[in-house]
Formats: sequence, C-alpha cells, structure tokens
Amino acid sequence: MSRAEFLDGLKGGIPVGLAAAPFGALFGALARDQGMSLGELTLMSGTVYAGASQMVGLDLFGHNVQAWLIVLSILAVNFRHVLYSAAIARYIRHFSAVEKFFTFFLLVDPQFAETVKRHESGKPVTFAWYFGFAAMVYVPWVLVSLAGGSLGSLIGDPKSIGLDILLPIYFLGIVIGFRKRDNFLPVVVASAAASALAYRYVGSPWHVSIGALAGVAIAAILPPVKANRKPDLVHENHEV
Amino acid sequence: MLDFNSHMVLLILAAAVVTFLTRIGGYILIVKMTRIPPRVEAALNAVPAAVLTTLVAPAFFIGGWDTRVALFAALLVGLRYPPTFMLIVGWIVVMAWRHFIGA
Repeated sequence: MSRAEFLDGLKGGIPVGLAAAPFGALFGALARDQGMSLGELTLMSGTVYAGASQMVGLDLFGHNVQAWLIVLSILAVNFRHVLYSAAIARYIRHFSAVEKFFTFFLLVDPQFAETVKRHESGKPVTFAWYFGFAAMVYVPWVLVSLAGGSLGSLIGDPKSIGLDILLPIYFLGIVIGFRKRDNFLPVVVASAAASALAYRYVGSPWHVSIGALAGVAIAAILPPVKANRKPDLVHENHEV
Repeated sequence: MLDFNSHMVLLILAAAVVTFLTRIGGYILIVKMTRIPPRVEAALNAVPAAVLTTLVAPAFFIGGWDTRVALFAALLVGLRYPPTFMLIVGWIVVMAWRHFIGA
C-alpha cells in the first residue's frame, strides 16, 4: 500500500468521521434505552455499520416486532447501497478479491460520494486511499457508539429530557437530503399518507412496509424523468 | 453491560449479512447486466425516501402537538442547515413546549 495515498485518505476522512460522531453517540444512547447491552450495540455498529438502518432496527426493537421483519426493514433502508456498488464497480476493477471484500463492507454514503469525487477530480482511486478514508470513519463510529451507550445508560426516562424526538428528526433529516431526487414529493406524500393510515388501521410495524410500498409504487408508475443528468447521490448529505 | 443475548446477536449478524449483500449486490449485478430498465431504476431510487418517511409520518400524525411543532421546526431548519442543527432545534422546541405548555 502506498503510504502517501493512505495518509491522504486518513486526512480526507476526518470531517466525515467528525460529522458522523454525534449520530454514533445518539445510536449508542438510544440503543441502551431500547435494552441493548453495550457489547450488542458495539457489535451492531461494527458489523452492520450503516447508521440509518441501525436506527431503524432500534425503532422496531421497541415495538416487539418479529425478527425477520426487522431484518427486512434494515434491508429495505440499505437497498440504496446496491446502486453505490454498481456505480463504483468501474473504479475498483483493479482491486484484489480481499480488497474488494473490505471495499464493499466499508461502503457507506460519504465513502461512496468521496470515491466518485476523487475519480472525477482525476486522482487515482487506490485501495490505500480508500482504506485510509474508511478507517477514519469506521473506527470513530464504533468507538463513539460505545461511548454514547456508556453515557446513555446514566439517563432516565427519555421523554423527560426530550430524547424521544431525536429519532424522528434524524430520519426526517435523511429524507429531506433526498429532496433533489426525481419524484421526491409524490413519493414522500404517498409514503406518509399510506404509513399514517396503516399505522392507524392495520397497526405497527406494518405501516413501514405498506408505506414504503406505496412510495416505491408511485415512483415506478410515474413517467420516467429524462435521464440527462448525473445522479444526485454524490451531493446528498447524510451520515454513515 | 457487556452481556450478549444469543437472539439479539443472531439478529445483529443477520442485519450485517443483508447489509453486506446490498453493498456487494450492485457490483455483482452490474457485471452481469447491461442496463437496468428505467422504471426499475426509478423504483430503486425511491426506496430510501419511501422507507424513511414511514418512520417520521406516524410520529407527526399520531404524536402530540409538541412532536408536531418540533418536527415542523426541524424541517424548516433542515432545508438550509445540516442535520445536526435539526436535532438541536427540534430538541429545544420540544423541551420548551413541554416546559411552558405541557406535553
């Protein structure tokens, strides 16, 4: 591995690692609140390594939902990664099989965005650079989750200190990060309406699947938007 | 604190495996597939917003006015500022509402 490339990656990862830290701490604190042990929540941050879906998992643990449905919901939230790995395929052809394994394991939203940017700026996308960048995001994410979990267990009733509002706001932030995408408004309106109705008349957790299906169906039914622009994935601002 | 519940560990590992599959899946597909039909692509593109909206909407419609007002304030902030500010403003609003008006 080239030392200079690795250091360049480390340096590039610093702002992303810092930006993700509050969310890692939030995950840790809320995970303790939902009854996960410190070991379990650290294991989750270290093996799943995908903030939004970890939060979705937590949200559903609290609702006494069947395990397969939780896994399915996590799969649904992480489905965007399929697009990322398809999009970076052309940059990483020269990586070895082991390098590819780590590349895909560590492929979070900002990692994808920075990889595309690096290629477009004419710099080489090497494994040394990729790994340096990823280390600067992954290691703090796991450590900060653990720290948040340790502090979170000191906290009493989450509602009395306003913790219950943080999860919906966190998800709202990610949703509005997608607002430049095609058909954003119809998708969100369909999902919101269908999930609220399903929550009321069918019950939790079915509102997640029913609402999501409604939004996805609208996107598929609406006429395709002319594809003469670059995907907005790179400009979306969300954390790990 | 550091104990592991076997059911929880299995659930976490299953979540890790499906997440990894999504991260490698696109690479495997793109090597085999020449193009994705536009409607499939549009549907795939809509998946994250569609899923995450379902986690916000019930809180907004079923929650009290404290939750509603805090979410709305966070939404306005989020149109201009990064997500961290949304969390701070939303938290301040919900705490102030509960303190001065009551949940």
